Amino acid sequence: MAQTSSGRLAGLRRLLTPTFVIGAGLVIVITLFGLIAPFFVADPLAVDNAGMHGPTAQNVLGTTQTGQDVLAQLAWATRGSLMVGVIVAVLALFLSAFFGILGGYLGGWLDEVFSLFTNVVLILPGLPLMIVIGSYVQQRGLLLISIILAITSWAAAARVLRSQTLSIRNRDYVQAARIAGEKAHRIIAVEILPNLLPVMSSGFVFALITAILGEAGLSFIGIGVVGTQTWGSMLFYAQNGQALTLGAWWWFVPPGLMIALLGCGLSLINFSIDGIINPRLRTAPKQVKKAEKAEQVDKADDSAEQEEVMA
Amino acid sequence: MSTLVVKDLTKTYLLRDGLRFSRLEAVKSVDFELTPGRTVALVGQSGSGKSTIAKLIAQLETPTSGTITLNGKPVGRRGRALAAYRDEVQMVFQDPFASLNPFHSIGHHLERPLLLHGKATKADVREKALALLERVNLSPAESFIDRKPHELSGGQRQRVAIARALAPEPSVLVADEPVSMLDVSVRLGVLNLLATLQREENLALLYITHDLATARHFSDEILVMYRGDVVEQGPSDDVILNPQAEFTKQLLVAAPEPGTNPRFLAEATRRGVPMPDHLAALEETT
Repeated sequence: MAQTSSGRLAGLRRLLTPTFVIGAGLVIVITLFGLIAPFFVADPLAVDNAGMHGPTAQNVLGTTQTGQDVLAQLAWATRGSLMVGVIVAVLALFLSAFFGILGGYLGGWLDEVFSLFTNVVLILPGLPLMIVIGSYVQQRGLLLISIILAITSWAAAARVLRSQTLSIRNRDYVQAARIAGEKAHRIIAVEILPNLLPVMSSGFVFALITAILGEAGLSFIGIGVVGTQTWGSMLFYAQNGQALTLGAWWWFVPPGLMIALLGCGLSLINFSIDGIINPRLRTAPKQVKKAEKAEQVDKADDSAEQEEVMA
Repeated sequence: MSTLVVKDLTKTYLLRDGLRFSRLEAVKSVDFELTPGRTVALVGQSGSGKSTIAKLIAQLETPTSGTITLNGKPVGRRGRALAAYRDEVQMVFQDPFASLNPFHSIGHHLERPLLLHGKATKADVREKALALLERVNLSPAESFIDRKPHELSGGQRQRVAIARALAPEPSVLVADEPVSMLDVSVRLGVLNLLATLQREENLALLYITHDLATARHFSDEILVMYRGDVVEQGPSDDVILNPQAEFTKQLLVAAPEPGTNPRFLAEATRRGVPMPDHLAALEETT
């Protein structure tokens, strides 16, 4: 028991690379901001006469054209965008895992049917479909937009998962588990799934980023979520209010920066998870690298000396 | 006492190249018998169907035709019958770097088969796993059981793979080129371990290899395969010392012998020194 917990501790310590700490820090700060800040800021929709002015003591991030507080809007928009992202990523993960892993492992006609379906969904053009559905449905709630985004974004991940499963299914350790008498569901869950974690986590992160960007895109053209503020809707109103031409950077930079920082943080997390699960991808500590470099330099020096001697 | 009898075993793969189909006869009506306490070596080149036979016996593939019987009963293909078969027949894979799941500890690889085959309970499974590690000379077992496969050397991994195969206490063991991926320096250790275990547990062992020397040394009977056919079959010494099939003779001369330096031989032929028989035979066949 003591040994397993110490093993877990070692795993945790390996996770704490600078890459992971920076990435997790970014994501945690943004998430906490989205969770907590909405309780403390002013009403984001309250209109005021003092419109379109830069940061002041009262409005830390300035105001919009109609005098709404940008910080308050940003807080609510962060919450909205994160919610869309998480819902879409979870749905897409389940869909891709179901169609990719199950089809890949079981093979046969089921795999054929699943592959065909995946390919059909894959070639459905995402944005136009979202525009069509979005313009048909009047009540575009958060959940509806999330489901549309999930339906159009799981297929690529499913294909990756399927091909990975096909490769892992034929590895000796899976065959050995079959010979040991493991049941199919346990082989998928215990022998195959852990080895798919890096792929699935990168798929999850990718879905999260695409969902937030996709929602931002939809909102920017005016057919996004109605009733919930997101980074995309902030950018939409900033564009409408001619923030760019008027040089109102405090209006469009915060939501844009949030999107970029969250994407950056999630990618950094993804890299370090990859390094944990696949030891081959793990980068050597600095000292090792230095030693290797020094060795190479030594060798180069040696050969140079030898050449001189030869000459 | 259990005997595994393979009769008229055939496996044909259907290969698809676009719309064209072709057939690959990997194994063509092969017969042999595995009896407790005896080692049968299956020798042949790459692609001769050796590993297909291993997979057929391990029930990873279903034969196109022919039968495999264990103690006179045809083998179970699914459900409880298959579980009963797996109790008796286990396999060691060729590549110890691929046959252990990189995600799980050594303990997991031993504890799962112990639990699945009812050889241990949750309470004593760790103890039994430790005993298995000691059995394959990985000691102190405590220092191995919690490690991950990538922390072990090839020879140590293959010992773990052997321990896993022994966990269900089988009576038939298939070893598919168990040492071909290992360092030359540890091969003999792993082979000796297999031989010891086979003697002590009275296993029926199928030793698949392409190395005639170890086949002769470790087995009672040799089967020589060539392109899916068994071309020669008999007691080890007979096959090695008095080969009948053309392919066996080729295999024998293809093995390098210590003391025959090819450069020295070329010099010798130039001076008219008679060539050793087995090398002369090689010249003729090529």
